[in-house]
Order: sequence, then C-alpha cells, then structure tokens
Amino acid sequence: MTRPLPKTSREYDVETLRRDFPILTKTVHGRKLVYLDNAASAQKPKQVLDAMTTFMTEEYANVHRGVHFLSAVATERYEAARARMQAFVGAAHEDEIIYTHGGTEAINLVASSFLAPRIEPGDEIVLSVMEHHSNIVPWHFLRERLGAVLKWVNVSEEGDLDPQDVARAIGPKTKMVAITHMSNVLGTRTALKEIVRLAHEKGVPVLADGCQGAVHGRVDVKDLDVDFYVMTGHKLYGPTGIGILYGKRAHLKAMRPYQGGGEMIRVVTRDNVTYADPPMRFEAGTPPIVETVGLAAALGYMESVGREAMAAHENALARKAEAGLRALNGVKLIGEAKDKGPIVSFETIGIHAHDLATILDREGVAVRAGHHCAQVLMDRFDVPATARASFALYNTEEEVDALIAAVQVARKVFS
Amino acid sequence: MDADLRELYQEIILDHSRHPRHFGALADANHVAEGYNPLCGDKVKIYLKLDDADRIADIAFEGKGCAISVASASLMSEMLKGRSTEEAEQLLSGFLHLVKGEDASDLEEDDKEHLAVMAGVSAFPMRVKCATLAWHAMKAAIDGEESAKSE
Repeated sequence: MTRPLPKTSREYDVETLRRDFPILTKTVHGRKLVYLDNAASAQKPKQVLDAMTTFMTEEYANVHRGVHFLSAVATERYEAARARMQAFVGAAHEDEIIYTHGGTEAINLVASSFLAPRIEPGDEIVLSVMEHHSNIVPWHFLRERLGAVLKWVNVSEEGDLDPQDVARAIGPKTKMVAITHMSNVLGTRTALKEIVRLAHEKGVPVLADGCQGAVHGRVDVKDLDVDFYVMTGHKLYGPTGIGILYGKRAHLKAMRPYQGGGEMIRVVTRDNVTYADPPMRFEAGTPPIVETVGLAAALGYMESVGREAMAAHENALARKAEAGLRALNGVKLIGEAKDKGPIVSFETIGIHAHDLATILDREGVAVRAGHHCAQVLMDRFDVPATARASFALYNTEEEVDALIAAVQVARKVFS
Repeated sequence: MDADLRELYQEIILDHSRHPRHFGALADANHVAEGYNPLCGDKVKIYLKLDDADRIADIAFEGKGCAISVASASLMSEMLKGRSTEEAEQLLSGFLHLVKGEDASDLEEDDKEHLAVMAGVSAFPMRVKCATLAWHAMKAAIDGEESAKSE
C-alpha cells in the first residue's frame, strides 16, 4: 500500500479540503454552518461516502461465508481494510486489529474477555479522573460483579496528568491501567508512552482510549508498547457503527471470546464448541462490512491530507480560540494542559452551557454543551457542564472568529 | 439576534433565572421529589407542603440548571401555591402542551397568559426537557415518588 508523503503545513489548503465535505456548505438558521462539535463526531468527506456507495452498488455481499464471486470480492475488501487499520496504528500484525461496533464495545470487550477472568475481589483497576464514561462504566461492571476496586488518578488544575501519579496508584493488586490518550473535555494529551513504561515496570498492562488521541496525530502502538488501543470510526471521518480494538497478539490469543455466534468458531457440536483464532474469535455475527470499507477510506483520506499537518492546523485553531476566549471577560477555560489537542472547554460566568450552546447554534455555531460523558471530571472541576469547541481538519480561522463573536452575542443576551 | 432567541430569552425569563422565586429548601415539606436530566446534568428538587385538603400550602425548589429550567421552576412555584393537587396536574398537562407547541386550550385564560413567556421554548425542541424538568418533579412529589426524569 502506498502512503502519500505528509504535506507540510505550508501546503495545507483548507479551502480545497473543505470541498471534500458536502455538509459544510449547509446553512443553519440562515447562517453559514460553523461545525465545532468534532470531538463528538466528525463530518464525512465524499471519498468515504463514495467508497461506501460504490461498495454497496458493485461489490457487496456477506464476508467469509460464500464461495461466490461477490462474497470473495467483499471479503477481500473487508480484509484489505484491516491492513489499512494495521498501518494506521503501526501494529506489528494484521490479526492484532479487531473490528468492533465502536470504541465503547472495544473497551467492554477487553473488560469482559481480558480482565474479568483475572479479577479476584480486591484487585485494582487504575483510571484517571478525566476518562470518558466508556472507559469508566465497563470497569464499574467488574467492581459490581467481581469486587474489583477502582483507583482514581487526579489531574492538576490545568488538566495535566503526571505519569508518576499513575505509577504511585499502581499497587500489588493492580491488574490494569485504563487511561485516555487525549481527554475529550480538557484536550490533555497524556504521556502515554511513559505511563505504559511505568506500568510495565510493575507488570501491569495498559489500555489506552484513543478515541480522541488517534484523530489528532500519529499513533504507533509498537513504539507506545501499549497493550490495547481503542478507536472509533465516526470521529476519524468514517461512519458510525465501526470501531477498532488493537490488542497485542499474545493477549488476544489468550483471551476468551466476547460474544458467541457465527464466524467466531472452529467447530460446533451438540456437546462442545471450539473457537477461531483472533481476530475472528472476537467478530461474532455479520460484522459492519460497509462501515469497515468506509473507515478504511477515511483513514486513507487522513493519510493523504497528512496526519501531522492536520494536527498542526487544528492545534493552531484551538490556540487562537483559547486566546480569543481569554480576552473576553468572564470566560474561564477548563483545561490548559502543557500538551493539549484541539479541544477547548470553557465556562461563561453567569451563562449556563446549554443557554450558551442554544444562542451559538442560532449564530450557526455548533458546539457541545453538557458533561461530555465525563461526570467524574465535572465533579473534579466542580462544574455542572461546560461548553466545548473542538476542531477538525476542515475548520478555518474565520470559524474561530465566528465562535468568539457568537459568545459575545450570548453575553449581550444575558447582560 | 433572531426573533426566536429574543422570544426564548425574554426579560422576564432572565429575571426569573437570576432571581428565582421560592428558591431554597422547605423545612416543613411533606412531599419532596427530585428531577434529574442525565443528558445535561441539570438537577432540581421540589418541596411541597400539602394540607389536609390536598392543597399546595407552600412550595419551594432548589437545584442547578440553565436559565430555562430555573425560570420554569420559578414560574411554576409562583403559580402553584394555593392550588389543589388536581389543579396542579391540570396545569402541568396544559404547560406540556404549550412548550411542545401543541394545542394548549386546556389551560385557563389567566394561566395561559402567565405561562405565555414559556411558549418560546417550543421553537427549540432540544430545550423542551429543560423547561419541563421541574414540572415532572412536582408531579412526582405529589405522587409520593422520590424522583422523576425529565420525561
């Protein structure tokens, strides 16, 4: 597979890229759409839409089942997508890539198939307070059902996570560290490689939630040495209904199946069942075939734009937005970590985040308002909700200006 | 700013949200329920003091929320004091029709006039739950339940 060389940021032509995203020409409430809710879900380029449409109109059938022509073509496309995903995360082997229905399912799979059989009452799972609910609740299940203990690592006022704090939280009974690669609220990029190193020193495996982290910069799971890495397709400019679980081969081979059904077996008899090897062992039932092809196209698109160039562009926009918000009185940024991605959460004093988001929406500016599925973090910062602007490869400096102007409109309404 | 927004955040709504009436706990309440919207984290607790004739002798609320949810709770507290629980439930029904943009002819004229400031919510479907949170909690309190969700 050929991978185009990353472009330098000088070549970054956002106006040309925007033409790949049909939805960006929309108007909402008579205003030009300014879509800044990318951390919730990214918009889709026509390359992804076309790949899915072409696949369904010309190549579609179920996979790994038929001997007929279309089944063979579809299976080939489906497995080629796996190679694309392997390259995207830098995995050593193709069979370390498991298709799931999203990031949430990927974490549930690891909790259920990898960790649950190893948990004795009192065993510990180390989490940071800035985890998304999808990287909290599956571990709560193990607490409720098996007596596991959740140990929480705090973040600083700025939102930094000290890897040494993670190391200190690891004790003789710790069985897992589950930590985000980038906070969906604070934008903090964690020192994942260092965290993995420290955890491995104590013999503890690490799962990283890469649902945000993989969007904004290159990921190399071999270099990180992380045990599990989780991503979701729809934030990577792909469709919903598809996620990726990377797992080290040795772990996956030793894991019990997650769901039972077709295609995950070797032999089924009346009295017994044996299972397929990974990745098939974890892909019961007809998988999200079309979505897999769509995601592969999305990852190809990201590579063609250049992941470093994208990230540089997005980060520049976020820093501009932060400067603009700081310049307004009565706006407080939540999350000012040293290493931060293009996610900007803020509070507007005297205006609840939902009221702010409603007014911004009428100005055409789409942001997220609420607890962002991170209630533990909201408690940590003692806020009920924040507004969040998050940036993607297609956002522009004018859109940052539109955000700042819209916040000023809201302040006028509430003045 | 567009007309819908002006209608939603009119002065009286902002005033209620900044200076909510009957805000705080009610020491001698005999019916208490919480409303919680897990989608946005808004919380409201409704205190009712019902007398022997099932009339709302006193009412109070506390909680955290957006301007719409606080103003709606405040407005409700003003309107319910002295009414029977049956009248309160009737008012709830009319209010729900109003904020959803449905036929609210089941509201008494006076009540309709009083609640007209909330009608702007119907142009913002995503915000209807904010407006109804306290009202569902009020109904839960009357029914002797501990909590109500926003629906």
